[in-house]
Amino acid sequence: MEELFSVFAQEAREQLTAMEDGLLRMEQGDQDSDTINSIFRSAHTIKGASGVVELQHIEKFTHILENLLDKLRNGEILLSNELITALLEGCDHIGAMLDRVDQGYMDEDPTIAAAGEITAARLHALTDGTETAEEAEEETAGMLEPSIGTVERSGGESSGSDCWHISIRFGRDVLKMGMEPLAFLRYLLNLGEIVHLTTLTDAMPHAEEMDPECCYLSFAIALRSHASKEQIENVFSFCRDECDLHILPPNSRISDYLDLIERLPEENMRLGEILIKSGALTQEELDEGLRRQTAAAKIAEVTDQNIPALGEIFVDNKMVQPEIVEAAAIKQKQVAEKKTSESRLIRVQADKLDQLIDLVGELVIAGASANLLAQKSGRSNLVEATSVLSRLVEDIRDSALQLRMVQIGETFNRFNRVVRDTAKELGKDIDLIITGAETELDKSVVEKIGDPLMHLVRNAMDHGIEPANVREAAGKPAKGRVELNAFHDSGSIVIEVVDDGGGLNAERIQAKAIERGIIQPGQVLSEQEICNLIFEAGFSTADKVSNLSGRGVGMDVVKRNIQALRGTVEVQTRLGVGSRFIIRLPLTLAIIDGFLTAVDNAAYVIPLSNVVECLELQEDTTRGHMINLRGEVLPFIRLREFFDVEGTPPKRENIVVISAGGHKAGIVVDQLLGEFQTVIKPLGNLFKHLRGIGGSTILGSGEVALILDVQALTQLASQSEDRRHPIITHASSHPATEAETR
Amino acid sequence: MSEFTAQPNTDSFRRMVLEGTMTIYNAAEIKAQLLGGLQSASILEIDLSHISEMDTAGFQLLVMAKRESQRLGRTMRIVAHSPEAHEVIDFYNMDAFFGDPVLIPADH
Repeated sequence: MEELFSVFAQEAREQLTAMEDGLLRMEQGDQDSDTINSIFRSAHTIKGASGVVELQHIEKFTHILENLLDKLRNGEILLSNELITALLEGCDHIGAMLDRVDQGYMDEDPTIAAAGEITAARLHALTDGTETAEEAEEETAGMLEPSIGTVERSGGESSGSDCWHISIRFGRDVLKMGMEPLAFLRYLLNLGEIVHLTTLTDAMPHAEEMDPECCYLSFAIALRSHASKEQIENVFSFCRDECDLHILPPNSRISDYLDLIERLPEENMRLGEILIKSGALTQEELDEGLRRQTAAAKIAEVTDQNIPALGEIFVDNKMVQPEIVEAAAIKQKQVAEKKTSESRLIRVQADKLDQLIDLVGELVIAGASANLLAQKSGRSNLVEATSVLSRLVEDIRDSALQLRMVQIGETFNRFNRVVRDTAKELGKDIDLIITGAETELDKSVVEKIGDPLMHLVRNAMDHGIEPANVREAAGKPAKGRVELNAFHDSGSIVIEVVDDGGGLNAERIQAKAIERGIIQPGQVLSEQEICNLIFEAGFSTADKVSNLSGRGVGMDVVKRNIQALRGTVEVQTRLGVGSRFIIRLPLTLAIIDGFLTAVDNAAYVIPLSNVVECLELQEDTTRGHMINLRGEVLPFIRLREFFDVEGTPPKRENIVVISAGGHKAGIVVDQLLGEFQTVIKPLGNLFKHLRGIGGSTILGSGEVALILDVQALTQLASQSEDRRHPIITHASSHPATEAETR
Repeated sequence: MSEFTAQPNTDSFRRMVLEGTMTIYNAAEIKAQLLGGLQSASILEIDLSHISEMDTAGFQLLVMAKRESQRLGRTMRIVAHSPEAHEVIDFYNMDAFFGDPVLIPADH
């Protein structure tokens, strides 16, 4: 049961996102009827689904929303900003109700309900105040095909059924001709779901007269499908001449159903029952329809017109209908195409996937162990076998990690709404431009990047983009621009938040940093370094604390969050032109390619992506803790000293040149052992505050190796040279092992 | 091929075991058997558990027999279904029409 609700909430949320996207597109001037139709369908789906899981309050509310959308769709209401805002609020309310479902409450929260009633009242008001709007609409926008418009409206109520209604009577001779009704009907399952099937045997004569080789059956079928009418017709194309086929599209007008009832030979009441049973009509709709039909027939009698006139009207309607059906079919087809691409996806529980990744991790370790043993044994066939095995394990690792990869687009798209709302709140006109939405990264990273991004985007809008008058005075377009970019760059993903606002004022930052005691007054820093000071704890440049950013969550939190993902963040800025916040994240968190080194008997792993080169340490190139590397002076650290390893160093030591966060440094080790695929195991809480170590891993031999925190080590190396004047005390004891060179 | 075995029970009770296929190819034959069975007993039990194939013609025969039994005021029951037979009846959504409990032998 729980699962049912969580699936419902999840799917409803997807529909909600689609609705929101569509509404935002409409606000930006998308007049496409497909957009409004897809919004309507989403609302309809949510309503239907909430009805199925018996969450009446959601069903009820969505119904109001749906009504409004329906009127909008039919052109009875004019699109306005107010309308969009109300609809978006409606979406928010549904979202709030879904949150509550997620928390396991099936009832309605009174506070949410109260808020919902206000929204509902607004929606109602907008739904009802339609007459004038409709007139205006008809005057101004005559673009709508008048025939379609009137038919859709004149037909009165349409049935609430979302199923195709198929009525088919097979000809007497189909069986003799070798055609099997079962086969045709079963084929319908390829198009969709048969919600209801009624077999009618009324045409079968008494036993004596019944010819066992004749077909007497006819069927009424409710088919839930996104197929087009043509596709459904094609199912029966072989026996088309032999059978009497009627297809009514979903949500057909009630009169169409009545028409069908009239034209079929079975008794009207029985057909009506069948339609009710198959969900095409409700009893009320049928009663009302039949009553009207009789009334119309009576009027026809009184006015001495031919009764068939009624039929003619229906036929007339029928003549018009193919256009509608065709239009509907094209749309249905588009939806169907989308659906099929969706159906190629499989929903998998995230923890199952995590378990798989864990297992693959173990497999990598076990494979390494087998490899080691094989090499020790010296048996060439065994070595060969294990090397094939390890190649396969590598492939499995890669595809397993690929499973967790998701496109960042979904996260980005959330910001459309954020930017819209925030811009309204701030009274600024701001565009959001998204590029690289298809860039993939690990799901766990995507989940955690949302908050820091949110902060950066809001910050850019609040502090970055200047008010319109200031912008115009500076010769910039009045409309501000915020960009979200994502792309892959050498083993990591880069996410940028760019604004064309005022940029950061280095002088002010420096003054503030000195005031806060983050830097010393006489300290010489590059502009770049100064700007990156905004990520230090206790720093806020906002002159006034606004409602949006500067509410106590500073940039340091952003930095901490990103570092927790083993990523980095920095800012590039030009005063008056804008700022660019650059976030670099590793593609995945679980497995990295490492470079194995040894000091004494202990093994240390350096993330391979940080390794620049390895060379033998020659005493004549070093002075103190600096090495002259082909003219470049680099600080270095001796791991032996750093970790207080006992024993004497070997005659020849090696230095691994690493780079992290734009800095290079050397790490001196005893031995270089080569590349090694590493499954990162987090360190226990006890070791959380250790500096220089980011995690641990298990070697093929079963020994534990420590993974070095390259970022921390490079910083330590630079600082150790200048201990008396520590530059900045970075609060980064986080396992920021992997970081790319800028 | 189908085979008709009438097991001598009480005068008004018969059980008929239909075997093999129930398709348009032997529809006439089976029609005769079913009607014969209906006429010979007031309660006819039909065992479909040995039906290996059924098509729409075969299905129609069951409908015919059921309707005929109702017309004659007799009882016709399907006491066992093979999966193949039940699949057809189920697809046509006619379980309720026949009103028989559906038992599918475990060995199928």
